[in-house]
This record gives sequence, C-alpha cells and structure tokens, in this order.
Amino acid sequence: MIDLIYLTVLLPLLGFLFNGLAGPKIKNEKVIGIVGSGVIGLSFIVVVGAFFETLALPVEQRLNIVTLFQWISVGGLNISFSYQVDQLSLVMSLIVIGVGFLIHVYSIGYMHGDKSFWRFFTYLNLFIFAMMNLVLADNFLVLFLGWEGVGLCSYLLIGFWYDRKFEKSTTSAAGLKAFVVNRIGDFGFLLGMFLIYSTFGTLVFTDVFSRAVSFAVPEHIFVFIAIFLFIGATGKSAQIPLLVWLPDAMAGPTPVSALIHAATMVTAGVYMVARCSILYASAPAAMMVVAVIGIFTAFFAATIGLVQNDIKKVLAYSTVSQLGYMFLALGAGAFSAGIFHVMTHAFFKALLFLGAGSVIHSMHEQQDIRHYGGLKKYMPITYGTFLVAAVAISGIPPLSGFFSKDEILWYSFTNLGFVFWLIGLITALMTAFYMFRLYFMTFEGKEKFDHHKLHPHESPKMMTVPLIVLAVLSAIGGFIGIPEIFSGEHGNLFHTWLAPIFKTAEMKLMQFGGHSHFEELLLMIISVVAALSAILYARFVYLKKPEVAEKTSSRFKAAYNILLNKYFLDEAYDATIVNPIVKGSEKILWKIADNKIIDGLINYLARLIDIISGFIKRIQTGVAQSYALVMVIGIVIALFWIILSYA
Amino acid sequence: MQIPIEYYLILSAFMFSVGIVGVLTRRNAIIVFMCIELMLNSANLTLITFSSYLGDVGGQLFVFFVMAVAAAEAAVGLAIIIAIYRNKLTVNIDQINILKW
Repeated sequence: MIDLIYLTVLLPLLGFLFNGLAGPKIKNEKVIGIVGSGVIGLSFIVVVGAFFETLALPVEQRLNIVTLFQWISVGGLNISFSYQVDQLSLVMSLIVIGVGFLIHVYSIGYMHGDKSFWRFFTYLNLFIFAMMNLVLADNFLVLFLGWEGVGLCSYLLIGFWYDRKFEKSTTSAAGLKAFVVNRIGDFGFLLGMFLIYSTFGTLVFTDVFSRAVSFAVPEHIFVFIAIFLFIGATGKSAQIPLLVWLPDAMAGPTPVSALIHAATMVTAGVYMVARCSILYASAPAAMMVVAVIGIFTAFFAATIGLVQNDIKKVLAYSTVSQLGYMFLALGAGAFSAGIFHVMTHAFFKALLFLGAGSVIHSMHEQQDIRHYGGLKKYMPITYGTFLVAAVAISGIPPLSGFFSKDEILWYSFTNLGFVFWLIGLITALMTAFYMFRLYFMTFEGKEKFDHHKLHPHESPKMMTVPLIVLAVLSAIGGFIGIPEIFSGEHGNLFHTWLAPIFKTAEMKLMQFGGHSHFEELLLMIISVVAALSAILYARFVYLKKPEVAEKTSSRFKAAYNILLNKYFLDEAYDATIVNPIVKGSEKILWKIADNKIIDGLINYLARLIDIISGFIKRIQTGVAQSYALVMVIGIVIALFWIILSYA
Repeated sequence: MQIPIEYYLILSAFMFSVGIVGVLTRRNAIIVFMCIELMLNSANLTLITFSSYLGDVGGQLFVFFVMAVAAAEAAVGLAIIIAIYRNKLTVNIDQINILKW
C-alpha cells in the first residue's frame, strides 16, 4: 500500500474533477455526496494500509519515498514530485483523511438543500488533495504547493456563501482577509525556502536535514531559516501577529470551520515546524521565539474566548489558543508532544465544531449562545458528544485532551521553566472555563429561544454518526500516548512511533532529565484540579447565579470591552497597516503615480506622434504618378551609384 | 552586313524613355497603360538583342513569358479602367486620388 500512496492524492483530485465538472449538471445530492465522500473513504483505506505496512517494517526501514515524476530540472535545481511516507507523514495523513472523511459525511447532511451543494464538495475534495500534498511532500516545494493549495481552498470555502452578510461586511471580505494575511506568512516561508536552497543546495527534506548536521553552517543562518519558516507558520496556524484571519474565517459553513480551520489546515504550521525539527534544534534562539509566541497566543486567545458570545467565535479563539499550545510544545523541543496534541485536538475540536454546526442547524442559523439554553433534551446526541469534547479539551483524565495537554505543560516546565508552565496552566484553566460556559449556556439552564419560531430537533443520522465516531476518538484517542509514569515498561507508544523522526533534533537539544516522576505527577494533579475547579466555577456562574456574570462584566467594564473587541487588534492593524496602504494607494499610487505619471507619459507620447505624423502624412497624395516619379528618381540614383562604383 | 548591337540598344533605351515620360506625364489612364506596354516591349527588345548576340536562347524564352504576362495584365488593367470609368465617368488618373490620408 505504500507504493499506492499517490492514490490518496489522486482520488480526491478525481472527486474534485468529477464534482466540479459534472456536479452542476447532475444536481443529485446523493451522487455528489457519495462521490465526494467515497473518494476520501477509499483514500482512507489506502492510508490505513500504508500505515500497517510501515508498522510491519523494521524501524530503520520505515522511511519510504515514492517518486511520481521529475517536476523541475533547471541547472543544479532538481525537484521531483515525490511523496515521503514515514511515521510523521502517516500520522498527519491519518488525521487529515480520517477526520476529513467524517466531515465529508457530516456535510452531506449539513449542506442538504444548499443551492451550491456540488460546489461545496468540489472545494472540499480539492482541499484534501492540497492538504495531502502538503503532508506527504518529500521536499519544500511540493510542500509549498500544498501550502498554497490549502490557502486557496480556505479562501474559497470561507467565502462559500458569498451572497451573505458577515458581521460588518461580507463573507467574501472575510475570505480575502484570510488570503491576504496568509500571503504575508507565505512571503516569510518563501524567504526561508530560498535561504535553505542557498545554504544547502537542495530542497529535499532528507538531504537538507542530513546536511544541516554535516555542513558547518553558522548558527545565525539557522536562526534566520527557522524564523522565516516560522513566519509562514504563524500565518497558516494563526499565531501572533497574524492571528486576525482565523476568527473571521468562521464566515464559512461550519463543516469547513471544523475541517480546515480547526482540525487540519491550521495545524500545517505545526507539522512544518515539526518536520524541520532539526533546523529548529540548531537554532535555540528561534526555538525560544516559537515557544514565546506560542504561549502568548495561547494565553491571549483564551482570554478573548472568555467573553465571546458567538458559538463559533468561542471555538475559533479556542482553536487559536490550542495552536499556541502546540507551538509551545515545539518551542520546548517536545516535537512529538506537539504532534500528539495536533491529533487529539483534531478529534475534539472537529467534534466541537460539528456539534456547534448541529446546534446552529436546528436553531436556524442563530449563532449567539445568549439565545440558546436547555437544548440537551431536544438534541441528546449532540449534547452528549459535545460534553465529551468539552471534557476532553478541558484536560480531564482519561480523555484524550488530558494526555496531550499535560504532556505539553510538563515539557514546558522541564525545558522552558516555571513561568511558561504557569501561563500554560492559567490558559488551561481558562480553556476549561470558557468551554463549559459555552456548554452550560447552550445545553443547560433556561430555554432562551423563541418557542413559537424555533423547534429544536436532533440532526439527521448523516450528521450524528460522525459526531459519535469523533466522540469515541476524543475519549480514547489519548491512550496511544499515555505518559511513561502510567504505562510503565511499554513507554509512550506515540513517542516511540515518532522517535526516529525527532531523534537527531532531540539529541542536539539534550535537555531532558533531572526531574522526578513525583514532580510530573504533582503537576498533573494541579492541572486537573485547576480544570475541575474552572468547570465548577463556570457551572456556578452560568447555571446557578447568572447575575454574577453580569456583575463581573459591568464591574470590569473596560477589561470586558477590550476582551470583547479582541484587544482591538483588528482596529490597530487597520490604523497602522491597512489604512495607510489604502490611503497611500489612493492618494499617491492612483492619483499621482498612475493618473499623472504613467497615463500622462503615454498621453503626451501619443500627442507627439500625432503632431509629427501630421506633417509626414502629406507625402501620401493618392496620385499614383507622383509615387511613380519618386520611384523613377530612386532608380536613377541607384543606377548612377552602381555605374559610378564600377567606373 | 550585320547591324551593330548598339543600334538595338539605343532604340530600346529610347522606347523605354518614351514610356517613362508617358507614364509620368500623361493623364489619360489608357495612354499611361500603353506607355507601360511600351516599356515592357523595350525590355523585350533588349532581351532578344542579347539573346541573339550571345547565341543563348534563354532570352527569347523569357520574352514569351513577358508577353504572356503582359497580355494577362492588359486584360485585368483594361477591366479596371472600365470599372473606374463607370463609377467616376473619367479615366484621368490625377482625379482618381482617393487612396490617401
């Protein structure tokens, strides 16, 4: 099955072509939905097959490269279109295709009756195609191809309902914002790629990483490469300072938010940094930058999440916050812990979004949690699965979030220090709080919606079955990464699996050890207690005494407003970057440079030619005899010339 | 007694000059046309002269081609002149000057 890995890319591409070309003609939701999900299902079988085949191989043979064709061959630059099948890309493929398949199935139910049903599945298939190129690439250029491809799909899907309003503008504007912000990050990524090529003379992962060890490269070059690549990652994974696009990306349909803006695409930055672990390990300063950006993003996004009232906005900031955790793990040198959190987060965050979609579906596009309440008796499956996900993300054992999050906290304590751990813990506490604020306001308490207009109901099976599958995964997904203190001699399966990938990087860092199991256990207990108390406090505030929340928000009005308006980050960017560019473009580039200089130059040139030709055109009289006279004179002169030159 | 070659060439040059002057000065398109024929025939004469002088039959061969082309040209040219006359009721070529700026 390893040799067939290209099918996981080819099948979604075929699905994309079929739905894109035939979709508008057939208009049959069943056919489109079955083709759209079916290709992903088949790809999933291939990935699972490749996974088990790799698992059966001895550890040192688990890196396989499948070359499809030579892509670019110019001078010394040789880029082949090949896929790298190893432990890391298989984990990512399983997440992308597995969660992707469930969300495809869910979308059949969610998008039922939409006038552009076919278009939705076309984009979704194209997204899986690009994402698989990204995770399977064996060199930076193919990765970049996928990187741009997912950005394009993200843009297309955010603006999917292009005729709808979103907040103060339109969904197309939100899509454009995502695209432009991502371009800024991509610019950094490109610079990093150029620097890699000029330093190592190749873009193939295995060569770059082996040369990074063997070549004598000064450390500041590594720092530059790592920082440039990380700028790309901040764009794609919505970290400070490029996080502003992700909350607006919620303008897209909810399955899109679940698939692209929670489970898969936004983790591409994490994957890329983990893939380049050796480059980061060679640049400790860049690692520190990653860790600091990660922890700050986690913290600030969580504080914003505390006060948002739109169900998808809360989840969006939660996603940003969890992505910050992943970068914290990478910055701490715990690469496999970061990837582990990518996996568990994909499960429970996809589940939360799909659950939110189910709620929004039954509440007729109402997204404000202040108008929900008491939904648990109307939609038991959504309620149950949402609760599982909320518990998982809060980090309550033995659900998956506990294992991945506590691992990150533990490594940030051992490798980065107490301050990082403390901020991480506070963030975890806030995560538990806002998640259960969301939960209590949606499913428990008084029913605050209009009973005459709205009749909440459970979603169809097409939507609930993926919810149940994801709930099971969120619940038990953590068991493959049980820390050593619990699992004993078996060790952490997930780490053992990924260890060969990160071996060189971790050897270079060498900062593990010196801490006892007792400390690890103690920290775990502290974080669990913190999460539990946050949940209980949320229950107290939003269920028992709703007036406490009001009182707190009115007492800290200024702080509340800052959080509600996301630290005025959008406004700050508008004032410092967007408006100067818009104004400068209008006043200088348009009115002066374009209108006066460029247009003026061309107009004056045209007028000059007009004047000159006004004189010259009089030669053409229209009388044939005058032409003949000129000709004869010319011939006579030419003859004289020839004769004289002979004489 | 053989006539020297210069006689032929001088006659030919004279005919050609008459043709050129006619083309450049006459107004009537028919006469211009005839002058062109005159130039063609002066060229034919030169060809035959050299053909006989050099004992090469190629020159005479060429004359047949020129005559064939001249015949075809005469047919087309006269047709054009008739068409112009029908439209403008004149064949004065200084009055036919619409092909200009």
